[in-house]
Amino acid sequence: MLNIWIVSRRELAAYFTSPLAYVFIVIFLALAGGLTFFFGQWLERGQADLQVFFLYHPYLYLFLIPAVGMRLWAEERKSGTIEFLLTLPVTTGQIVIGKFLAAWIFAGIALALTFPMWVTVNMLGQPDNGIILAAYIGSWLMAGGFLALSACISALTKNQVIAFVLASALCFVFMMSGVEIIQSFFRAWTPQAFVESVAELSFLTHFNDVSQGVIDIRDVVFFLSVIGVALFANAAIVEAKKGV
Amino acid sequence: MTTLLDIKGLTKTYGPITAVDDVSFSVDQGEVLGFIGPNGSGKSTTMKIVTGFLSPTSGAVEVDGLDVTRHPLEIKRKIGYLPEGAPLYGDMTPMALMKFVCKVRRLSAEQTRRGMDYAIEKLHIENVLYQPIETLSKGYKRRVGLAQAIVHEPDLLILDEPTDGLDPNQKHEVRELLKEMAGKKVVIISTHILEEVEAVCSRAIVIAKGRLVADQDPLSLQARSRFHNAVGLRLPVDQAEACVGLLQSLNGVQQVRTSTRTASMVELLAVAIDGSEILETVHSAIDEKGIRVDEIFVERGRLEDVFRDLTFEVEGLKQSTDDDLEADHA
Repeated sequence: MLNIWIVSRRELAAYFTSPLAYVFIVIFLALAGGLTFFFGQWLERGQADLQVFFLYHPYLYLFLIPAVGMRLWAEERKSGTIEFLLTLPVTTGQIVIGKFLAAWIFAGIALALTFPMWVTVNMLGQPDNGIILAAYIGSWLMAGGFLALSACISALTKNQVIAFVLASALCFVFMMSGVEIIQSFFRAWTPQAFVESVAELSFLTHFNDVSQGVIDIRDVVFFLSVIGVALFANAAIVEAKKGV
Repeated sequence: MTTLLDIKGLTKTYGPITAVDDVSFSVDQGEVLGFIGPNGSGKSTTMKIVTGFLSPTSGAVEVDGLDVTRHPLEIKRKIGYLPEGAPLYGDMTPMALMKFVCKVRRLSAEQTRRGMDYAIEKLHIENVLYQPIETLSKGYKRRVGLAQAIVHEPDLLILDEPTDGLDPNQKHEVRELLKEMAGKKVVIISTHILEEVEAVCSRAIVIAKGRLVADQDPLSLQARSRFHNAVGLRLPVDQAEACVGLLQSLNGVQQVRTSTRTASMVELLAVAIDGSEILETVHSAIDEKGIRVDEIFVERGRLEDVFRDLTFEVEGLKQSTDDDLEADHA
């Protein structure tokens, strides 16, 4: 546990010593706010809730989360520091989890910095803060899912741009797997049961449940499982690609 | 002497390529081992396996009696490692990096303080402690890499080309540090700078195409040179012809080479048969004939020649010709 935390601390510090952290946070806040006000017509709706705010999170994460995750392993492999890191007395698993946690905490910080939205909605009316809290938790879990996928892809390549593009594509598939385009693609050549299980993987479906304020344990388990499986694959990829 | 590192039948293959081929050796406490070989000969791969970064295809590596594949963490705690090119986190400062290493290695506050003081003083990095590593010069980066490798006072220090790319003063400093660590720790350095092996190593292992081709102390390795115990003479040009004739007639002299020739003087090299000692013979013969000689010296042989002889064959390159060597000696 302590090892995981030591690795995480270093990784988190690395985010904030590079301009990436600040660029990311500023862009995230600007886009999250902008989409809510202009596209979501938040004020015009006249409802004291943050539904339109959370509505755009999956689409924001689609591009922003791979940007956070792309450097996790690709950079280590490119600069050769992976050799330094993996010859320290820590296990690959601890490093994988530590790195992921750092990125997840970072995403959490960015998400927490949207608190003025929450303050505003509370000044304008009397929202159900329970629903808002649930939606924040759901959003953070979804970010974790996207991040774990991005970290996994990042371990495959030395090139951060490739990692970013592939991770975005993979996140898109996971996000949209409940949507008709992806569904019909599978329906043509796979059994119905498979099509349904693909639909079950949809981030969008699971997130929509949570953002309505219903924290269903199944949704939480879903996101945590995606994270678990992706990190397991991540560790396997790191082990397999060490010598290359 | 206790054996700290024991390698038995180590083999590592990447698909069809065999990077390390059945290498066995052991290293005792206090030894400084120089690992030499051409680029791509398997030096780095061997080091990466010992440090637990790569796993061997077959064979066993034991550090202090523990198998690297079964006890990776215990072994990593005992090892200090500088990977080739000293990759470090550029965004960190040397201070932050060393603190991170101390934490990961679970050093106590007291050990951390002592280790950092020691490393900082030994490598003279006190001026750059708070600058991001990416802004440092190559020499400083290398020194920071060395500092993080010795900060926990490891039993086994493994340095992959520690002086590569450093200027002569920096090389000298690193060598002084290695000499100081010698005797107390086991140090393994890989290098293709052979003077380094002569300067700091108590033992040299030559590896070519993944195979171990020599394992000796540097002096014995030098003695394998075909120029070992050759006698060099510097004399005025007018004496040269007589001298060459004389040397060729002596017992124990295989051949006589002219290594340098200027307008006024000539340098001759009498190569001994099987590297036997011929100084006495040459000296008395010259005295007898009354040949005027400005300088007379015994060639110990150069590691470079031995290195080339040992590795050329294995590498499948053409054997170095006498002409090449002669040109080198000139």
